[in-house]
Amino acid sequence: MRPHDLTAADAGLLSCLTCGLLSQPAGDDESNACPRCGTHLHMRKPGSLLKSWTFLVTAMILYLPANLLPIMETDQLLYGSHSDTIMSGIVSLWKAGSWLLAIIVFVASIVVPLLKMLSLLTILIAVHRGVSVHCYDLAKLYRLLEIVGRWSMLDIFVVAILVTLVQLQFVAAVTPGKGAAAFGAVVVLSMLATMSFDPRLIWDSAAHKKLHG
Amino acid sequence: MQSALIACPECDLLQRPTALAEHTVARCSRCFALLYQPLDDDLDRPLAFTLAACILFVISNAFPIVGLEVQGQTTSATLFGTAQALAMQNMKLLSALVFFTTILVPAVQLSAMVYLLVPLRAGRVPRRLPLAVRVLQAIRPWGMIEVFILGLLVSLVKLGAMARVVPGIGLWSFGALLFAIAAAVASFDARVIWSRYDPSLPGTDDQNRSRSSHAAAPAP
Ligand SMILES: [Zn+2]
Ligand SMILES: [Zn+2]
Ligand SMILES: [Zn+2]
Repeated sequence: MRPHDLTAADAGLLSCLTCGLLSQPAGDDESNACPRCGTHLHMRKPGSLLKSWTFLVTAMILYLPANLLPIMETDQLLYGSHSDTIMSGIVSLWKAGSWLLAIIVFVASIVVPLLKMLSLLTILIAVHRGVSVHCYDLAKLYRLLEIVGRWSMLDIFVVAILVTLVQLQFVAAVTPGKGAAAFGAVVVLSMLATMSFDPRLIWDSAAHKKLHG
Repeated sequence: MQSALIACPECDLLQRPTALAEHTVARCSRCFALLYQPLDDDLDRPLAFTLAACILFVISNAFPIVGLEVQGQTTSATLFGTAQALAMQNMKLLSALVFFTTILVPAVQLSAMVYLLVPLRAGRVPRRLPLAVRVLQAIRPWGMIEVFILGLLVSLVKLGAMARVVPGIGLWSFGALLFAIAAAVASFDARVIWSRYDPSLPGTDDQNRSRSSHAAAPAP
């Protein structure tokens, strides 16, 4: 951080995240609206850290059933019935020779959700303890989370499509499993955790640490 | 207006906007967040892409996306049918999630863009403009057409071994829809919308006796 960095908050200005206009607060924190577009304004997203923690911890808890419970069950006349977890689905793609797709699904369903939750955890802990040097890296990491999170929905769509298509009497039928519901919840909750976090807190925390040690 | 300060949406740093060369964008000098692009006053391009996307959206929903043929039996899936199938298997929330991300969000996105662009193109300012922009911003992360298409690809590979897969009309228009929406969103500059919404509004000039201002560094 350079010594002369001045933020809108330092200058007592509110910045509108909808239209970008800076304005002077009219009164107490709850009564400010953007003079141009009317958006309700806050210095920082209200309750950002608490909301982010709540969504994140819930997502982390649900990550276990999402991976351990079957995401779908296949009944086949000739081969009997078997259930697939996320991981076993990836393994069968791999064994069938679709390596590229197996890797894509592995990254989207296992790596991305896990890394996403761990990254957000890192950022949240850093903000609480006071960011010292690597603000820029944390900011970049946060931006990455916003972009990649949605791709974890991949397996949900695969299950939905298979459930719709494979409804063949006497031949095969696919039904969704409990793991799919848990996995859907993990994706949505970790997206909500990312959205409720206010990246400006990273820089606030660094400025605070610099002033107060 | 040009001299007014702006705050970075991601780190809150105050900066003074500078004029941009063509094909460059302004990024925050501290956190490198995208601040603004050169003002492109052309509404024809976003409007054309939006209208094309609307037509493709209707086609994608009206026709089956993919069909399956095995031992004389055929099944097919439409976009709505996919959400419905989950609901019938007692997965109401998951079904709602699929409906929301692949049908509702794109539909609302396109409606909001039409609501904004058609009157603006004709020189009128729509009454609920701020609301429409806010809605567009809020739902953007939840539109997941491209993820759904990748999901289709994975499903088809999984099914390829056991059945004959028949691509439907919906599949082609759905693929085209992906590009039309992306192009519409990319060519849609919210700054143009705001400049037309309230051109009379002064910036924050009275507050410009600022102690600090970094020129927003233009980056390639
Ligand atoms: Zn505003
Ligand atoms: Zn409020
Ligand atoms: Zn910044």
